[in-house]
Amino acid sequence: MSKVYVSSVVNGDPVEFLCDADTSLLDALRDELGLTGAKEGCGTGDCGACSIMLDGRLVCSCLVLGPEAEGRQIDTIEGMAEGSELHPLQRQFLEHAALQCGFCTPGLLVASKALLERNPDPSETEIRFWLAGNLCRCTGYDKIIRAVQDAAAELRQERSVA
Amino acid sequence: MTGFQYSAPVSVEEAVALLAVDGKARLLAGGTDLMVQMRSGRVAPSQVVDIKRIPGAIGIRQENGGFVIGAGTSCAALGEHAALCAAWPGVVEGANLIGSTQVQGRATMAGNLCNASPAADSVPALVAAGARCLVVGPQGQREIAVQDIPVTPGRNSLAPGEFVLELRLPARPAGASDAYLRAIPRTEMDIAVVGAGVNLVVAPDGTIIEAHVALGAVAPTVLLVKDAGAALVGSKLDDAALQRMEQAVSAACKPISDKRGTAEYRKSIAAVLARRTAKIAYQRAGERS
Ligand SMILES: Cc1cc2nc3c(=O)[nH]c(=O)nc-3n(C[C@H](O)[C@H](O)[C@H](O)COP(=O)(O)OP(=O)(O)OC[C@H]3O[C@@H](n4cnc5c(N)ncnc54)[C@H](O)[C@@H]3O)c2cc1C
Ligand code: FES
Ligand code: FES
Repeated sequence: MSKVYVSSVVNGDPVEFLCDADTSLLDALRDELGLTGAKEGCGTGDCGACSIMLDGRLVCSCLVLGPEAEGRQIDTIEGMAEGSELHPLQRQFLEHAALQCGFCTPGLLVASKALLERNPDPSETEIRFWLAGNLCRCTGYDKIIRAVQDAAAELRQERSVA
Repeated sequence: MTGFQYSAPVSVEEAVALLAVDGKARLLAGGTDLMVQMRSGRVAPSQVVDIKRIPGAIGIRQENGGFVIGAGTSCAALGEHAALCAAWPGVVEGANLIGSTQVQGRATMAGNLCNASPAADSVPALVAAGARCLVVGPQGQREIAVQDIPVTPGRNSLAPGEFVLELRLPARPAGASDAYLRAIPRTEMDIAVVGAGVNLVVAPDGTIIEAHVALGAVAPTVLLVKDAGAALVGSKLDDAALQRMEQAVSAACKPISDKRGTAEYRKSIAAVLARRTAKIAYQRAGERS
């Protein structure tokens, strides 16, 4: 079976890769591009560990085919920090101990960032509904919610100062 | 997943030709059903034909007072369309109940419909709305009612090479609105035990002049319960009319028993849910008269 040639923009950089037609975008990111931040928890769209942005939309990369990425804009957890400067969400996750094993964390961060970009001041209920597709088996969620709330406050502050 | 050819045609003709190659070609829209089915081995297509690059496959446009929704349009995009949300809040709320935020980013209503699950959340409101599908195929194009697509669980009525290119919602008179509710054991991320879509047109004095009631998950395919709609017409949604509607709903249900609920439970929940949905649709319609 011949490979499919795919070119897209990942975290702002143009990339090219070859993959089988039936490779998921998650596997292509991890195995062809070495971006192992997004994880496979289920492979069926239930856990959100594979969350990425595809043309500005939050999606499960396990449910996208690699070849679908042709010409598309992809953003992953690897693009979240600016150099060594963590994104406020990343920092607040650490400060609140909103992770234990960390398997769900990249997906939760990508999903939370997508939320705060559309809604800078979400209520707790809005956060919980938005993140309902991100499962965490360790933290019990409360710390995650608080981390997102504090990061949101910090980002609002930054914006009002700027 | 087993090896298949992937293609992303940029014209309807090309897509039809690819889908008609053999009986094992599959159309890919949002992939939120298809990817899971391929992974489990339940379907093993020879071809996967991604329709999202066909011009017009993604997008919402207003036409003759109604809406035309491209088959590749994500449910998330529906929820962001202010005019669509104002005219058809029930259709949009059904679509926006599908899965998580991530699933919403990809899932389409046409995929929900063609996948033919009896519990598909966007379908009851579409049926109550009188939505129609523009079907394209080797024989050209035709328009059919949404409820003519599902045949049995997992099977639709489309011929080889045919696919849904657009969903079409009719023009809306003043005083018209709709609603969708589902019952699930959890608060999010679950499959409907019962779903109810109600679409009403209400006169300025509050009298219902048109009513359509559709139910999901209580029969092999979505049910349009004509008697339930008829029970409401001429009323101002008083209790007697609601009771007549509930009786019609319970009589029409042919549910199964499974881990989410017994047949008896589904029947009684269907009546309760239809009542609640009708009340929401009625209130919304009042706000638009
Ligand atoms: C985690 C998760 C949660 C979910 N929760 C829900 C839920 O709460 N409620 C619910 O109803 N569903 C749910 N689903 C199922 C699924 O997301 C929906 O059915 C969705 O609407 C399918 O749309 P799609 O575009 O992803 O379809 P695809 O997977 O692309 O296609 C589904 C099927 O329909 C065919 N098809 C798609 N589009 C067309 C077309 N235009 N013409 C002809 N055939 C077509 C495909 O060939 C395929 O057989 C869930 C799925 C996941 C993974
Ligand atoms: S791995 Fe994609 S949702 Fe679980
Ligand atoms: S930290 Fe372990 S799954 Fe969330």
